[in-house]
Amino acid sequence: MADVGILAATKAAQHPIHTLLDGPRGAKPKKKLSRGNIIVYGTLFVFAMYYALPLYVMIVTSLKGMPEVRMGNIFAPPLEVTFQPWVKAWSEACTGINCDGLSRGFWNSVTILIPSVILSVAIASVNGYALSMWKFRGSEVFFTILMIGAFIPYQIMLYPIVILLREAGLYGSLTGLVLVHVAFGMPINTLLFRNYFSSIPEELFKAARVDGAGFWAIFFKIIMPMSLPIFVVALIIQVTGIWNDFLFGVTYISSPDAYPMTVQLNNIVNSVQGVKEYNVNMAATLLTGLVPLAIYFASGKLFVRGIAAGAVKG
Amino acid sequence: MTITQTRPGEGQGGAVRRPSRLFRNMSAKVAMLPLIFTAVVIFLGGTLWTVLYSFTGSGLLPRLEWVGLEQYERLWGTRKWIVSIQNLALFGFFSLIGTLVIGFILAALLDRKIRGEAVFRSIFLYPFALSFIVTGLVWQWILNPEFGLQSVVRELGWSTFTFDPLNNPSIVMYGLLIAGLWQGTGLIMCIMLAGLRGIDEDIWKAARVDGIGTVKTYVRIIIPMMRPVFVTALVLIAAGIVKLYDLVVAQTSGGPGISSEVPAKYVMNTMFGGQNLGQGFAASTMMLVMVVIILIPWAYLEFGGKKNG
Repeated sequence: MADVGILAATKAAQHPIHTLLDGPRGAKPKKKLSRGNIIVYGTLFVFAMYYALPLYVMIVTSLKGMPEVRMGNIFAPPLEVTFQPWVKAWSEACTGINCDGLSRGFWNSVTILIPSVILSVAIASVNGYALSMWKFRGSEVFFTILMIGAFIPYQIMLYPIVILLREAGLYGSLTGLVLVHVAFGMPINTLLFRNYFSSIPEELFKAARVDGAGFWAIFFKIIMPMSLPIFVVALIIQVTGIWNDFLFGVTYISSPDAYPMTVQLNNIVNSVQGVKEYNVNMAATLLTGLVPLAIYFASGKLFVRGIAAGAVKG
Repeated sequence: MTITQTRPGEGQGGAVRRPSRLFRNMSAKVAMLPLIFTAVVIFLGGTLWTVLYSFTGSGLLPRLEWVGLEQYERLWGTRKWIVSIQNLALFGFFSLIGTLVIGFILAALLDRKIRGEAVFRSIFLYPFALSFIVTGLVWQWILNPEFGLQSVVRELGWSTFTFDPLNNPSIVMYGLLIAGLWQGTGLIMCIMLAGLRGIDEDIWKAARVDGIGTVKTYVRIIIPMMRPVFVTALVLIAAGIVKLYDLVVAQTSGGPGISSEVPAKYVMNTMFGGQNLGQGFAASTMMLVMVVIILIPWAYLEFGGKKNG
């Protein structure tokens, strides 16, 4: 009923995306190369170059030695493949504060990621469940406020959250950052679960009620086991979203030693000290992108489904 | 508690008012506490707090000392803020058009029943999985005037070729635009493709029977039919543009000089770097105003007519 706008749109987009993107419909492509076909494939190829190029440049640059980077063409494949830049980026690169490489940022990100993802998926799934099956007076109002909140620029809420965290004694700590990720991941994930649970037949719910099952029993014994795909989608959204976060990491972590990987990467590459080592920088950049890329290529259609919903997050 | 009272959708409509109302459906209310806290305290409360304090003279610490619109007057009198707004307008305009046009063209091409659709789609979409920091740093390297694209083209023989957006204040925003489009168009392509696939095949047949060309069919028939999809895309892109921050930090750090500053970065710098909270609050309130200006007409168009169901 009172779906706020935002989400009607996503809701509408969610269904067609995963059914319609499964593949082309209709007859198989014609074999002949007509003029129209050449234009279609030609244009697609040119665009594919634009999109693929940065990944290619990252890879080749990260495998070259510095002399070769200085001499040559950024698009040329390495004459002499070296993994030295990767080793250096991982364990020796300097941020201006410490010189133990990106590995520190990687492990920081992992320690931020795991509790944030588990907690936010758990909370969002229960929210979505309550919103779709146990509505109460006002529940839709809270949901509407939450969804509008997803569109408000984060900057406006940053400082009040600093105060809240300080009052709770969590400012600058990892726990504080985890809570912030849980809060800001809530709109999109709650929406995702709410829409999914709404499509579960009501009879199932009624039957369980007749059998005497309560709120939690129905959730754990009936709803959860039949909703695994949507949990995976939420997991993908959260892992990529939190891994790629920069703003919250830089705002709510006070010690540079505890910065997540994105913040550390930026500090390494944009550090003004010393000679710029472009090959190490590209290795570091690629390393930071590796986790979301792996998730993207491994999850395929589920990722598409996730971003269709995750689009709201912006 | 009987079953009928807690059936979905009926929790709010008990005919008989009973004292236990607050405690009915208790588990759901308890389970929703984190959501209620986030929505009311963080999102709503936080926003109102900042708007309120934007009318105070807060400096290093927030304090309730009313100064009226002084912060806003100072804000609009600051050159860095004006540049930020101009940059955002420029970036926003081209990003909106570029994303819609490229997103639609790619979707339309992929919808032509081509071979290797999945491969092309993966290539167009993977940048969306990457963070703005990674995006910004890669393009910083590709656009590096000494080793990047410019030097490669010059080596090929076109020795006067000049494209150095990261060193040239007048075109630096286009350097960011190239990176922004690279990262974000894949998503819009996906949304557009879903929209195109939702269009009835018969429309194409009818157009063919009437002898209407492919391009004309798209422009005259398909695009008008996809209005809701375009509106969704527009809102998503616009809301994302206002938040533009990480990309700038990674790719240009706001430079050269202040030529690629953006509002979100201005807020961060005044709030956490300049110990000038009032300015940060006023600037972030202006960001909120921008989003409201974008969202209100859309919400009105989409829901104004058929509100109250």
